[in-house]
Amino acid sequence: MKSKWLSGPYVIWMVLFTLIPLGIVFYFAFTDGAGQFTLANIQRLGAYLPILLRSAWMSIFSSILCLLIGYPVAYCMSKASPTRQKIYYMLIMLPMCLSFLLRTMAWVSLLEDTGIINNALRSLGLSPLPLIRNTGAVILGMVYNYLPFMIMPLYTVLIKIDRRLIEAAQDLGCNQVQVFTKVILPLSVPGIVSGITMVFVPAVSTFYISQKLGSPGAVLIGDVIESQFKGAYNPNLGAAMSLILMALIFLCVGLMNHFSGTDDEEGVATL
Amino acid sequence: MRRFNKIFTFLVFLFLYIPMILLVVSSFNQGTDMAVWKGFTFSQYGELFRDRSLLRLLGNSVLVAILSSLIATILGTMAALGIHAMRGRMRRIVLGVTNIPLTNPEIVTGVALALLFAFAGTMLKINSILGFWTLLIAHVTFNLPYVILSVMPKLVQMDPDLAEAAQDLGCTPFQAFTKVVIHEILPGIVSGALMAFTMSLDDFVISYFVTGSDFVTLPVEIYNYTKKPIQPKIYALFALMFGVILLLMVAMNLLQLRDLKRRRTKLTQRREPSR
Repeated sequence: MKSKWLSGPYVIWMVLFTLIPLGIVFYFAFTDGAGQFTLANIQRLGAYLPILLRSAWMSIFSSILCLLIGYPVAYCMSKASPTRQKIYYMLIMLPMCLSFLLRTMAWVSLLEDTGIINNALRSLGLSPLPLIRNTGAVILGMVYNYLPFMIMPLYTVLIKIDRRLIEAAQDLGCNQVQVFTKVILPLSVPGIVSGITMVFVPAVSTFYISQKLGSPGAVLIGDVIESQFKGAYNPNLGAAMSLILMALIFLCVGLMNHFSGTDDEEGVATL
Repeated sequence: MRRFNKIFTFLVFLFLYIPMILLVVSSFNQGTDMAVWKGFTFSQYGELFRDRSLLRLLGNSVLVAILSSLIATILGTMAALGIHAMRGRMRRIVLGVTNIPLTNPEIVTGVALALLFAFAGTMLKINSILGFWTLLIAHVTFNLPYVILSVMPKLVQMDPDLAEAAQDLGCTPFQAFTKVVIHEILPGIVSGALMAFTMSLDDFVISYFVTGSDFVTLPVEIYNYTKKPIQPKIYALFALMFGVILLLMVAMNLLQLRDLKRRRTKLTQRREPSR
């Protein structure tokens, strides 16, 4: 029996519902409302370049923050006793299973001008702070929502590191800092790469977080795409933007995989 | 240094859990504003079960999650078996396509499928094609890679001689699969199915683009609260889901632990006679 053919239904499914839809996105990006070929959609993208750049830097910044916060946590998890590791693992998984919309909404009532934090400040006699409708709040929302996606792959990589390697490094005269920089850190690169990818991709394309926590004037590329399909209906422009967003992401992910030396199949395996 | 790291970890978990604790506390609040405490009540729980509108939406979400993860698990396991038998360029191409929905941002997947369905709608002359079926197709599509990626490593780990040995002993290839291979890869199938189920249950972005007004899932309804007043009974539902998922996770961990212990005692029993 040729078991190769078992993947037939899957291949047909993916052609129908992944490749053809992407082809349609291409088609829409290069046509106008009447179906005529045009480059107008692509040319109009220039005006949205600042928004694209803002989305890119905010999500890169959030990914780095997630890495800086997530690494010590993942490290601490990997050093805990097996029972504790299970508890930690569960506590990281739990938020991922619960509505991120409601959890972001909870942040709104924490940060609002009449929210919990500012109410507390007022009752202490302090002046309230502008905590919401700014860039910082959006970055906080991104870090909050996607931090577990960073911790998970880091933890998976860290528990797999062979203890004997660390002992060998110590025997060869490395101090704690050197063990970390020369052994642990290089071995956790695949986890760092997949963690950054898993934070960057959803962060750069988000529209809910910026709608809830950001200032109405400072939209992200996700907001603009969403409004092309759900608000001011212009699917052609929306398709062109999706194309650019996709290109940006494949470029970033490709570059990162290239420089870290992890190829596709391995990179996905650490998910 | 180690103590500092522990305190830091604790603070990060606090950061992750504060909004959730706030939601659970809000489910007992008499007022609708999360920021103002108006007194303790169970009335939101009562309202949740009396009105049932949110429960119906949760039912929709669960239905789509069960069906889509089931279909994705069957198709995906078959696909993994097929890909495992492939070599060279064909394997690379199929794995590359599998990576597309994983790397692509959800919004692009959602938009692409929405355009496909709109196109199919005009072709088939159906006015409102968006609904249950489009939602199911979309969920199966983004679930498939997760199943494949959790089954594939198990196939790679499996001893290829096992299936051959079964066939040498007179099994048909199908029997070799049901009697040998499936037991080897079952953990991968189960974890893939579970992942698909949770992904599907909580999916908002893709669902938002491919669903119509006649079949709404819970996350899409929660998003609509941006435009219409929030129903505080959603907090009660959140608190219940929080509790149920926590219990399920604890139960699963305890079962695993018991399994591990049992296996260990079996191993020692088996070793004893040979000593």
